[in-house]
Amino acid sequence: MAGTWGRFNVVALVLGFAFLYLPIVLLIIFSFNESRLVTVWAGFSTRWYGEMLNNRGLLDAAWVTARVAFLSATVATVLGTMAAVALTRYVRFRGRLLFSGMVFAPLVMPEVITGLSLLLLFVAIGFDRGFATVTLAHITFSMCFVAVVVQSRLISFDESLEEAAMDLGATPAKAFFQVTLPVIMPAVIAGWMLAFTLSLDDLVIASFTSGPGATTLPMKIYSQVRLGVTPEINAVCTILIGIVAIGVIITSLVNKRREVLRRREEATP
Amino acid sequence: MKSLGSTRRTFAPWADPDAKPFIRFENVSKRFGDFAAVDNLSLDIYEREFFALLGASGCGKTTLLRMLGGFERPTSGRILLDGQNMLGIPPHRRPVNMMFQSYALFPHMTVEGNIAFGLKQEGMPKAEIAERVQRMLKLVKLESFAKRKPHQLSGGQRQRVALARSLAKRPKVLLLDEPLGALDKKLREETQFELVDLQYELGLTFMVVTHDQEEAMTMADRIAVMDKGQVEQVAPPQEIYEAPASRFVADFVGSINMFEGTLIREAGGPQLKDRSGLAFDIADSGDASPGETAWLAVRPEKVRISRERPEVQNAIDGEVWDIAYFGDMTVYNVRLDDGRVVKASTINSLRRLEDALTWHDRAWISFSADAGVVLTR
Ligand SMILES: Nc1ncnc2c1ncn2[C@@H]1O[C@H](COP(=O)(O)OP(=O)(O)OP(=O)(O)O)[C@@H](O)[C@H]1O
Ligand SMILES: [Mg+2]
Repeated sequence: MAGTWGRFNVVALVLGFAFLYLPIVLLIIFSFNESRLVTVWAGFSTRWYGEMLNNRGLLDAAWVTARVAFLSATVATVLGTMAAVALTRYVRFRGRLLFSGMVFAPLVMPEVITGLSLLLLFVAIGFDRGFATVTLAHITFSMCFVAVVVQSRLISFDESLEEAAMDLGATPAKAFFQVTLPVIMPAVIAGWMLAFTLSLDDLVIASFTSGPGATTLPMKIYSQVRLGVTPEINAVCTILIGIVAIGVIITSLVNKRREVLRRREEATP
Repeated sequence: MKSLGSTRRTFAPWADPDAKPFIRFENVSKRFGDFAAVDNLSLDIYEREFFALLGASGCGKTTLLRMLGGFERPTSGRILLDGQNMLGIPPHRRPVNMMFQSYALFPHMTVEGNIAFGLKQEGMPKAEIAERVQRMLKLVKLESFAKRKPHQLSGGQRQRVALARSLAKRPKVLLLDEPLGALDKKLREETQFELVDLQYELGLTFMVVTHDQEEAMTMADRIAVMDKGQVEQVAPPQEIYEAPASRFVADFVGSINMFEGTLIREAGGPQLKDRSGLAFDIADSGDASPGETAWLAVRPEKVRISRERPEVQNAIDGEVWDIAYFGDMTVYNVRLDDGRVVKASTINSLRRLEDALTWHDRAWISFSADAGVVLTR
């Protein structure tokens, strides 16, 4: 019995992972293809990486994306953390349920709708679309993700720590920055990473809210692909995958270490 | 039981009508929904007093401390500290420090960092902080643990860090919520004396929560026994023990024999006549008036046990039902013929093994007229 189930599990695992990762692996492999034809292997080469570095348009887009992602992730982390604190701490303020619903609704909102409504807003108030609007849009949708991540950590945060800090003479603000924030920092960092990645690979919302001169990398890639896939694009994507993978790995390592520490703390109360 | 003999014994500001209380709870109530955790409680605590709050779990001890610390707002009533109304003053501006029941050590800081935290908030110079931290570490015997994080300490060590942290600022008032709960018996006894010495040396006012009556007896100048959010009695340990104000206090502190009856006044003096017709001579009828239902409370160590009928009025015979041997003393449970059980404890001052009372022996229990206290509630 155990054997058959074991085999079934292995097969399921292999199929699942193949389904998930085969396309990505193919993409990475073909980014090192010598040939211009994407589907024909003609030997190993790093030629397309060099070519990519000479592609002005692509580099500009990458630079825009990096700036948007960094800025929006940072602002979203501040706002998302504040929302999470408000939601967990002040349990009984009026309209809390509505507020929390409103914070978390964008998580399930179709991106097309978020994008479209933001576009309408920017048009309505006469805001010229460009770098600022994409950044604002990304802040809006990624701050809820940050709020969720931080809130889940805050729920298990022992409030008497903050009380002890105030008892020892710290103002509420100091108590928050010197005690609460350092303790929940791993979750805040994880939230930032998440926001950064979300911004990095967003196409839909960026297409709605971006304007001339602020083309993001996903937009650029998408428009180039419509003219035909080049190995150059594969190279760019491989680098993107690398960045995201490193981010994910760091986050999970930090969280794992924190989790171990926390469990040890709780094991000996 | 105090470690610091005669100087302490004269300390009794509560008996002085001119003395001004340092901490004053005036008709303080705290409700959580319909439930009154603290119910119209009034209490005066004096400067330099070691005050203990004693009571069963959930009677409102922590809530009372938290109101003084500023973490809970009284639903009604006032709290005065040194004559100043504390209403609306946030925790960080109260000259009160608290040692939390859960310790609440900062997990991301070292032991040193934890202790220094409060001093840094004051803006104390670095050198002075370092010196104070060292003194505190020495005090709680954790010098070699300065660089550890809380999760690398044992439960007792954490408790000591929490104590050091709350003491470091030399607050006028230190609130300690079950400060010794996690210590083993020996360390606990040592620390009790240390706490008392420390409080005396630094001239601080301590308010200690405990549900361990021995601990309260050992350390406190006065004890408040609490029940259901109210204070049943406030008095020095000896008075709590020897002259409890109510059956609750008598029962909660130490063990007790309780005889319910009616107070009668005979030619020879007042007596308590219980329902099975026994009449006990009593020296002092307390607040009870003749004809009233009252309870005679007698501590087991004031009850003698013997084979022969003794020459006193208050004697009843029964059967030895149970014997608990503690080494230094023995507690006999004697079952009266009507089924009630009376406890009598004797000090084992002689190393005599033969002729001891044993199970199912007939025995007389007796006590003098002034051994018990008459309670009316
Ligand atoms: N925030 C709260 N909300 C509702 N009820 C509360 C709250 N805090 C305390 N209580 C209730 O008030 C009562 C008194 O609580 P408190 O913590 O003061 O008890 P305690 O005497 O310190 O008990 P213990 O010895 O177990 O620590 C308890 O019945 C508790 O359930
Ligand atoms: Mg408590």
